[in-house]
Amino acid sequence: MDILIQITYFAAAILFILGLRRMSSPVTARTGIHWAGAGMLVATLITFFWPGMENYLLMTVAIFIGGVAAWWTGRRVAMTDMPQMIALYNGMGGGAAGAIAAVELLHGGSHSRVFLLLAALGGLIGSISFSGSLIAFAKLQGWMRRPVRFPLQHQFNLVVFGLTLVPGGLLVFANEYTGTGLLLFFVLALSFGVLKTLPIGGADMPVVISLYNALTGLAVGLEGFVLNNAAMIIAGTVVGSAGTLLTQLMAKAMNRSLAKTLFGSFGGQEGAGEEAVGGAMKPIDANDAGIMMAYADKVIIVPGYGMAVAQAQHKVKELMDVLLGRGIDVKFAIHPVAGRMPGHMNVLLAEADVPYDHLYDLEEINAEFPQTDVVLVIGANDVVNPMARNNPESPIYGMPILNVDQARNVIVIKRGQGKGFSGVENTLFFADNTRMLYGDGQAMTGELIQAVKSL
Amino acid sequence: MIEGFTALYIFMLAAFTGYEVISRVPVILHTPLMSGSNFVHGIVLVGAMVAMGHARTPLEQFIGFVGVMLAAGNAVGGFVVTERMLEMFKSGKGRP
Repeated sequence: MDILIQITYFAAAILFILGLRRMSSPVTARTGIHWAGAGMLVATLITFFWPGMENYLLMTVAIFIGGVAAWWTGRRVAMTDMPQMIALYNGMGGGAAGAIAAVELLHGGSHSRVFLLLAALGGLIGSISFSGSLIAFAKLQGWMRRPVRFPLQHQFNLVVFGLTLVPGGLLVFANEYTGTGLLLFFVLALSFGVLKTLPIGGADMPVVISLYNALTGLAVGLEGFVLNNAAMIIAGTVVGSAGTLLTQLMAKAMNRSLAKTLFGSFGGQEGAGEEAVGGAMKPIDANDAGIMMAYADKVIIVPGYGMAVAQAQHKVKELMDVLLGRGIDVKFAIHPVAGRMPGHMNVLLAEADVPYDHLYDLEEINAEFPQTDVVLVIGANDVVNPMARNNPESPIYGMPILNVDQARNVIVIKRGQGKGFSGVENTLFFADNTRMLYGDGQAMTGELIQAVKSL
Repeated sequence: MIEGFTALYIFMLAAFTGYEVISRVPVILHTPLMSGSNFVHGIVLVGAMVAMGHARTPLEQFIGFVGVMLAAGNAVGGFVVTERMLEMFKSGKGRP
C-alpha cells in the first residue's frame, strides 16, 4: 500500500506542475486547472489508505463541511468578488498548515531538532498567512474601509514578531513542551499576521494576497517535510516560488517595490502637492455624454474597479455594440492593475463576451489617446491619475498610467466626488477636457446606451 | 523523514520548477494563476488528514478536525473559483 501511495503522490506532483504550466498560457489555461484537480482528487483519495490512521468518520465529516461550504460560496460569489475569495481560501490553507504544526508539536516526544524547527516554522508562516489573509478578505469585502495606522507601528509589529520567536525558540531549542508556550506561540503569530496587514491600503491588497499565497505554499512545503509527504513538499515549494515570482510581477506592474508595500504607508499621510489641484469638477448629464460619443470617430473605454462593483460589464458590452453599429472605432484600455487584481478587468469583460481583439494593454494603447475623440472612464481612478506622471511629490508618482488626459474629451463615470482607493486626489477630474458623469456605473452606462440609440 | 541533503535538493529543484513554470505568464492570467496556485497548495489537505488520523488526545483531534476542514475549503474553493475564472477564457482565441 505504501508504494501505491508514493506513486500516487508522485503522479499528483507531476499533474500539479503540468497543470500550473498549462495555466500560464491562455490557450491551455482551462485544461490546466482540470489536470491539477485530478491530481488533488487522487492524492486525497489515496490518503485514506495511509497506514495507521484513525478518526475516519470525523475526518470525512470535516472534509464534507469544509468542501461543501467552499463549493457553495465559490459557486455563488459574483465574479467581481473573486479576489477576496482567493484571499479567504488561501487563508484557510495557511490555517490548515498551522493546525498540522500544532498537532505535530502537541504530540511531543523525542523528535529531532530539525523536525521541530520545520514544524514550528511552517506553523508560524501558516498562522501569519491565515490571519493576514482574513484581514485582506475583510478589507476587500468592504468590512474594513480605512487602513489602521498608529505611531511606531512597524516597530511595534517587529516587537510582536520578536516575542513570537521566544516561545517558538524555547519549543525548538529547549524542548519546552508546555501547552501554554504553544498557545502563546500561535496567538502571537496570528496577531502578527493581523497587525502586519492592518496598515496596508486596499490598493496594495493584490500584491499582499499574492504574497500570502506564496507564504501558504511555503508553509505547506515545510509541513510536508515534517510529515514526510512528498506531494506536499513539491506542491508547496512550487507554489511558494511561483507565488513569489507572481508577487514580484504584480508589484512591478504597479511600480511598487515589495518592501514599500509592506513597510510604507501608502495614502496614509495626506500626500504633499494635493493642494496643487486647481479648478473644479465639471458635471455632464448622460444625454450630452451620449451625443458626444455618438458623433465621435474613436472611443476608448477605460474600465476600473467601479465597473466591477456596479456589475456594469454587460451594459458596457452593449454600449460597445451600439457604438460599433454606428461605425465608431471602440477599444478597451486595460491597465495591468485596474480593479483589485491584475487581469481582473479581462476576466469581467470576457464574462460579458467582449472579444479579446478589442482589449489593449497599457503599452499598446497609450500612444493612441491623443488621437481619440472620447475616452469613457468607468470607475477607474488611480490608474488614470496624471499625478503619477507629473507630480514627484505624489505617493503614486512613477506608477505607469493610462494617459487618458491626452484625449480630446474625457467622460468619467463615478459614484461621487471621493478619492480613489489609494486616497490620492486625481487631477484628471479637474482637467478642462474632463466631464464628470455622476452615478452608478451600470445605471449610467444604461443611460448612455439610451442616449446613443435615440439619435 | 526524507533525510538532510536529499530534502534540500528536492526543495531547491521544486523552487526552480515553480519559478520556471510561470516565468512567461501574460498579465491577463495573473489572477487566474494566483488562484490556481492557491488551489495547488490545497494539497495541505492530505497532510491535515494524516495529522488528524494520528491525533490521540481530544485536543489534537479537535485541531486536526479544524485543519482538515480548512484544508478542504482551500482545495475545493480554490478549484471552483479558478475553474469559473478560466471558464471565461473559452470564447476567445487570445491575441499573441
